[in-house]
Amino acid sequence: MSDQEKEPMFSAKNFKFFTAPLADNNPITVQVLGICSALAVTVKLKPAIVMALSVTIVVAVSNVVIAAMRKYIPDRIRIIVQLVVAATMVILVDQFLKAFVFDVSKQLSVFVGLIITNCILMGRLEAFAMANKPWPSFIDGLGNGAGYGLILVIVAFIRELLGSGTIYGYPVIEKLGVYKAGYENNGLIILPPMALILVGLIIWVHRSRNNSLIEK
Amino acid sequence: MNSLRKKLDKLKPHFEEGGRFSKLRSVFEGFESFMFVPNKVTLKGSHIRDSIDLKRTMTIVIIALIPVLLFGSYNTGLQHFRSIGAEAGILKAFWFGFLRILPLIIVSYVVGLGIEFVAAQIRGHEINEGYLVTGLLIPLIMPIDIPLWMLAIAVAFAVILGKEVFGGTGMNIFNPALLARAFLFFSYPAWMTGDNVWTEGLTAGKNIIDGYSGATPLSISAAGEITRLPSFLHMFIGTIPGSIGETSTIAILIGAVILLVTGIGSWKIMVSVFAGGLGMGLLLNAVSANSYMELPFYYHFVMGGFAFGAVFMATDPVTGSQTETGKWIYGFLIGVLSIFFRVLNPAYPEGVMLAILLMNLFAPLIDYFVVQSSIKRRLKRAKIATNNFTK
Repeated sequence: MSDQEKEPMFSAKNFKFFTAPLADNNPITVQVLGICSALAVTVKLKPAIVMALSVTIVVAVSNVVIAAMRKYIPDRIRIIVQLVVAATMVILVDQFLKAFVFDVSKQLSVFVGLIITNCILMGRLEAFAMANKPWPSFIDGLGNGAGYGLILVIVAFIRELLGSGTIYGYPVIEKLGVYKAGYENNGLIILPPMALILVGLIIWVHRSRNNSLIEK
Repeated sequence: MNSLRKKLDKLKPHFEEGGRFSKLRSVFEGFESFMFVPNKVTLKGSHIRDSIDLKRTMTIVIIALIPVLLFGSYNTGLQHFRSIGAEAGILKAFWFGFLRILPLIIVSYVVGLGIEFVAAQIRGHEINEGYLVTGLLIPLIMPIDIPLWMLAIAVAFAVILGKEVFGGTGMNIFNPALLARAFLFFSYPAWMTGDNVWTEGLTAGKNIIDGYSGATPLSISAAGEITRLPSFLHMFIGTIPGSIGETSTIAILIGAVILLVTGIGSWKIMVSVFAGGLGMGLLLNAVSANSYMELPFYYHFVMGGFAFGAVFMATDPVTGSQTETGKWIYGFLIGVLSIFFRVLNPAYPEGVMLAILLMNLFAPLIDYFVVQSSIKRRLKRAKIATNNFTK
């Protein structure tokens, strides 16, 4: 145990806990978790970014709390304990959003509350925080939140640009004068099925760049 | 032709393995087999080769589509001249319509074949004729005023996401032509629905005479004004507004005869689609809760894309059911759902496209159950036989 105690805070191993979920172990494109919220909140960039930050904070903090208590949680009721911790965090985040960014909180509607049942969150608590120390768990939470957020932002960028003609609310297409040339916003891309297709395309690109991800 | 053959033979070594243009071999082969019957001979084992290969099949469907295309051209011109209140002879109307449809066909083929060529190069596959029919079907199910860039996007979407991601020709789940239409239908509804898109120039607001309506029979019926419908004969001949190729039931029937005589299209699917539509139409007639339901059932066959869908879309051998019993179920449900969506869903005036796409999705499941039940039946028979034997 003593050699683990000496491990520096920003060791290569800890750093990997952060980078792996960004690419080769991405929660959305590789583990295919958290898809429902990814489809629902990515019509515009702003709610997608807020959602990504909320999930990152909830996963990171819940991970730390569970990792700190991991030796005292009875095995048989561990899911309930994890849920209590996660639910507390989600309610805090929800109240915070309602207080400071009410309009976004309204757009996100039930999906903030549904972070409790987000598969990424429960997956990290069960698979990582229950078996690791608080600091690596914190980094792992940040990494998974960022990996989730990365895909959300990519999908939301494409959907907002093609579906509404704006980027973060700024009317790019209109300013460029493309509408005058006969261009029109695409209505299909606003609908959830197209978000699923976009996630599929990202998975396609991802796997064609990294062949080891392709299932046999 | 002989000189062309010699030229091709001379060029051939360059495209073989190790030749200068070996990367473009599939392009060369595609071109060669387009001009000449392939001279490939099976070297090992016994294989039966039918002379009706993919290319011949596709050519026959193209021939079957020609009456529809010709009438579509005429009707496009006819509707245009009617809308501006001008008299025009058959030839003038035909030529006007033909020139308006030609850009749609060119865009469809250039984009679709371009993607197929590139995909075949990347994969090292042969270029095949899979897109030939789709490329002609797509313009025929479009409203005439659709902007060309929208058509190009729809074609790209249908070929890449409808076909190439599944592995190319013969592997697709959905009918690519209908997928292109569905894409536009949900992406740009202003250009795919309404009363103005079906007649050339109406969306641009050219000088339209009073009293001309570009409303299709389906939108008239959906509005509940069935007394304003054109006569059955007009709808049967097809001098009504609508998508380019779908208006004339008579031209579609000529195509159907060509497909049936050559055995390319499945008669079981065609008959069962009409049977399904007939059943659902009669059922709605029996209920008669509103004026649309009271519409005589046979009107449904000549309105909108029902006949076109039944003859050219549902019979697609790739996306339809493969088993013989499955074909009956598949076609029947298409007919039932088409009329169901049409009459009972207020959001969409036409239901044929969605019905066929939905049944495309279920075709493998239908086949699975048909095969399973046949296996069970035979097992049972085998058991009875062995029981009798042991007694």
